[in-house]
Formats: sequence, C-alpha cells, structure tokens
Amino acid sequence: MGNAIEVAHLSKAYRRQVQALDDLSFSVETGELYGLIGPDGAGKTTLFRILTTLMLADKGEARVAGFDVVQDYRRIRNLIGYMPGKFSLYPDLTVEENLDFFASVFHTTVKANYHLIADIYQQIEPFKHRLAGKLSGGMKQKLALSCALIHKPEVLFLDEPTTGVDPVSRKEFWDMLLRLKQEGITILVSTPYMDEATRCDRIALIQGGKFLGVDTPQRLVEHYPEKLWAVRSEHMHRLLADLRAYPYIQTSFSFGETYHVTMHTQGSPDDLQAYLSQRGHRAARIEAILPSVEDCFMWLSRQLSHE
Amino acid sequence: MMLKYLLEKEFKQMLRNRFMSKLLIALPLMTIVVFPYVTNQEVNDVKLSIVDLDHSPASSRLTQKAASTDYFRLTDVSPTYPDALKRIEAGDVDLVLEIPPDFEHDLQNEGTASVRIAANSVNGTQGSLGAQYLASLVNDYSREWREENGAASLAMPEVPTFDTHVRYRFNPMLDYKVFMVPGLIVVLLTLLGGALTALNIVGEKEAGTIEQINVSPIPKHLFILSKLIPNWIIGLIALTFGMTFGWAVHGIVPEGSLGLIFFFSMIYIWAVTGAGMVISNYSDTMQQAMFVLFFFLIMLLLTSGLFTPVDSMPLWMQRLTILNPIRYQAEVMRLIYLKGSSFGELLPYFFWLCGFAVVFNTWAVMSYRKSL
Repeated sequence: MGNAIEVAHLSKAYRRQVQALDDLSFSVETGELYGLIGPDGAGKTTLFRILTTLMLADKGEARVAGFDVVQDYRRIRNLIGYMPGKFSLYPDLTVEENLDFFASVFHTTVKANYHLIADIYQQIEPFKHRLAGKLSGGMKQKLALSCALIHKPEVLFLDEPTTGVDPVSRKEFWDMLLRLKQEGITILVSTPYMDEATRCDRIALIQGGKFLGVDTPQRLVEHYPEKLWAVRSEHMHRLLADLRAYPYIQTSFSFGETYHVTMHTQGSPDDLQAYLSQRGHRAARIEAILPSVEDCFMWLSRQLSHE
Repeated sequence: MMLKYLLEKEFKQMLRNRFMSKLLIALPLMTIVVFPYVTNQEVNDVKLSIVDLDHSPASSRLTQKAASTDYFRLTDVSPTYPDALKRIEAGDVDLVLEIPPDFEHDLQNEGTASVRIAANSVNGTQGSLGAQYLASLVNDYSREWREENGAASLAMPEVPTFDTHVRYRFNPMLDYKVFMVPGLIVVLLTLLGGALTALNIVGEKEAGTIEQINVSPIPKHLFILSKLIPNWIIGLIALTFGMTFGWAVHGIVPEGSLGLIFFFSMIYIWAVTGAGMVISNYSDTMQQAMFVLFFFLIMLLLTSGLFTPVDSMPLWMQRLTILNPIRYQAEVMRLIYLKGSSFGELLPYFFWLCGFAVVFNTWAVMSYRKSL
C-alpha cells in the first residue's frame, strides 16, 4: 500500500503575495501518527484544506490513500475524516443527531463502527440529548472526533484538535489518538503545542509554508547541535537583557520559568555565572538540560532566518 | 437514501428554531392584516380651510357642501387668503378654497364664477388628489346651481352636457385592499421563500458546517435540493396563511381558481428560492447576504408595480421591469384574484416565470462550488 499521504512540490499563494505553502514535499506512511508543529500562519490549515480536497494547490501534486486530490477527490472523500480547527458540527442538533447524521451521509450507521468511537463517545454519551452548541469545549472536541471517525476513515486529518481545550482533556485526546493508530488509521495532526509533539511517530516543524525539519521527536532532539543551559535568577526581568549583553551568548529564549541559552565556544557556565553575579544576580542558577522539541523549533527557525 | 437524511436534518433544525416558527405566523399576519391599511393611498380626511370673502347664501352653501363630504374636514375658516396660507405653513390645513367677493353676483349675472384652490403638495398624492376632488365638487355645485336657477339664466345659450357614468370593472368599489392583498401575498412569498433560503446556506458557511458537508461524499445537487425543498414548503405554507388572513380579515377571496394560484406560486417560489441560493453562493457572511438581499428586494419591490403602477414609470424603467420576477407574479395574483383569469390568459406569465426559475436555479447549481 505504501504511503497514506504523498505530497510533492506543493505550493499555494493567496492574494497579496502571501505564500502559504512553499514547494512542500513529504510523505506519511500508512498507520503513522504524523504531527505538524508550527505557529499560527505557518500554512498548516492550507495544507489540510488541500489534502482534504477543499482547495486546489497552485502547483505540485498530492495523493491521499493512493488517490490524487484533484482527479479522484470523490474517492478521497469516502476515505478520510476531517476535523477542522473551528468547531463545525450543527449546534442546533443534539449530540446523537449529529453523530447519526454524519454516519448516514457516509452510508453507514453508528452501530457498525461503534467500537472505533466507543472510548471517546462513552464520555459524552450521558449528554447525548443535549444540543451540540451547548457542550463544553472539551466535549465538543470529543464529539467532533467521533463524527470524523464514524465512517472508519483510512486517513484522519486533525487541524489543531486541542486548541482551546483544557490540559486534562488534551491528554485524554492524545491517548485516544494512540488507540486509533493501533486500529491502523493514519493520522495527520497539527498543533501549536510543542509538548504534544513527543507523542507523534514523526513530526514536521513548519514555518512560512516550509518544513524546517522532519524526524522522530527523539532524533530531532538528539540532533540538537548545541549544548543547552537553563538559567534562572531572582531578577528574571533583568536577566534576559543581561544574558543578551553577555558577549559569548548565542541564543536565549524565555521558556516558562527559565531562560534557555546556548553559548559560543568561548563561553562557559562558570564564566557566565561570574558575569551574572557581577551584574547583581546573586542567586543565578545555570543547569545543563536536554533540549525539547520547542528548542529544536526555535533553533531551526533561527537557522532559516539567518540563511 | 441520502436526500432523506439531509431533509430530516433540515426539518429538525427548522422545527427547533423557535424564531422561524414565529416568523412564519408573524410575517403573514403583519403583511396581510396590517399592511393593507398602512399602504392605503385613498385620500380621506383632507384638512380644508375656507376663505369666504362673499358671505352670500351661494358661498355658504358651497361651504356646507364641501364640509359635508368624507374627503374633507373643515378645520379652519380664515378671514383672508394670506391667513389661510399661514395655517398651511403651520400644518393645520392641507387645502384652501377661496371664494371671491363677487361670487354670487357673478354666478347670477354671468352664469360662471371662479374660485381659488390652493393645495399643500408636500404630500404629492394628497395635494393633487385633494385639489381634484375639490375642483369636481365645485363643478358639481355650479351645475346644481344652474339647474335650480335655470329661469334666471335663460340668457345663457343651451350648452350640451355630457353625463359621464364611470363603472369600475373587477373592483367596483375601488377598494384599495382588494388590490393590495394579492400583491402583498407576493411580498410574503418573496421574503419567506427567497430571503430564508439565502440566509440558511450562508448560515452553514458561517458555522463552518459546510466544510464538513464538502469533505463528505454528499453530491452537490442533493445538498442544494435539501436546502430548497424545505423553503418550497415554507413558501406554500406562507401562501396558505396569507390567503387565509386575506379572506378572514378583509373578506377577499380569489375570483379565479385556487389551484391556479398555487400552481403559479409554486413556480414563483421555485424561482425566488433559486435567486436566494445565488445570493448565498456569493456571500461569505450573513451580514453580506442581508445587505445584498436588502438592495435587490427594495429595488425589485419598488419597481414591481405593487405600490405604484408600472405604466407611470419612465419608459426605460418600464422596459427594465421586464426582468423583474416580482412584477410577473404580482400581476398574475391580481389577475387571478380580481379578474378570475384562466391559465390560457396567463400563458405569457407562465413562460416568463418558468424562465426565471430555470435561469436562477441553473445559476445556483453552477455557482455552488463544492471544490474550489
């Protein structure tokens, strides 16, 4: 069967010269959980819309489940499930009616594929007579996923499924995706949350319509070329300016409660420590850390802008 | 069957929409029950001021005659014409009748006398119609006067007079409501059929649900059909309500066949729902669709002949109304309602309306692009 998704030299520009996708090529293996990680406006949604046959690309080719997105769009529509970023079920139909409706338009029934959605749907089943528009954010996402899955798609497209969802529901959602992967469903999922990336088989870091790098999360992190340090002190506000004034600093980014920095070869943690205490940071702490996916993203996007 | 599921969904949504069901009653009620009174163009109750400079039996008889009709209400008697004009400016008076000092004298000796009529034409219809009524009332009076005083004016040569009897066919009492109700039913069909269709599909666009439909294997003609059929039914319900209210409140029943009214209305609804689809296809938001609808509805309604006759429009506009579907249906309804026309007599209208329906619906299907 080969690859579930194959994309070759895909380009798409909107009016006013916004290059949403820039000569993009990649492939997703059948049964893979593939993550697209990137900030807003990176081109993720455009890519989804082209792959789900809602939009035509300017240039390039794409195949989903072996079918061309332009010529065989009808075949593809029977084989994919799509969950757009924005909640898009009928708010004036109940949970149950939404699910029944989407099952019937795909010529199937809820019963036939209940096993696929059982885990998620059971959580919202107590509310099945409630209007979809009156559900909470997390429940809406579960219903949307149920509706996208009810016809047992071969390829599932999830565009930022966890945006605006609470951390507990997010974790549950990803547990769910891993179970779907075991069912043999290929999943292409986009997210702006870097911490979710580690749960994918492979991730592509996307920015400005281009992939910065594609690899497994583990290898992506292993290939981080620099030594990374986390710095913190009692004067966090001043610290960033002071770090950037340090002559041997290479990069420094704010990461929650610490700053992640890389240094040129001339610099060392001891030297930095001395420099910082000179600047009045008495309790500055510098620790060596392992890079996260976000560090990789920052580093790669910096490389790109330097080129 | 796919269409069944789609329709099931549409009807569920429609019945759940409380606003819709209220609208379906409220709109016919407003248009058919209230509007005919509001859009009444008959001139009644014109405020009249009389400036009697003659103070003779003849002049006071004229005053009484004017005051005793339903058209005029004598609200003012001014000593001079400038005083009366001031009352017009103050808005107390619409029409002034000035009777000159030698009125009776001239009437007796010369057989004719002139009076002055001044009308406030800020409201053009009221001004001109009021002045006309008053003029004919004065003529009437002079004829009466001559007949009664025939002996005194024997000197006058015998003038042959015409006795005109006007009979208004199909609406003998010239009742405005008989004329308006069939037209207002067309307004109802246009609003409920066309406007609701447009808003329904744009609503799916705004909610994003149209994306879900588009990535599914639903064929586009079925989706469109599932949007049109409920609105056809709404249109027919509105027609039934409209006709029922027209009968129950105003006692207006069609002269012609009920079946023919429904037949033509179905074609018309088919056309306007198609037009509604076209508008929705070119709009991304409800707001956009509303404005486009508003623009076309006002243009088409005002030039449809519903409120002002097409024949009184400038020639170029008369030609343009050939492209106004509302005009055809309004005429059809009036012809069936008032005249009892048969299908054979309405054949040209049938072809025009079918033409609109085919054009709009083809356009709708073509412009609804499932994949861009």
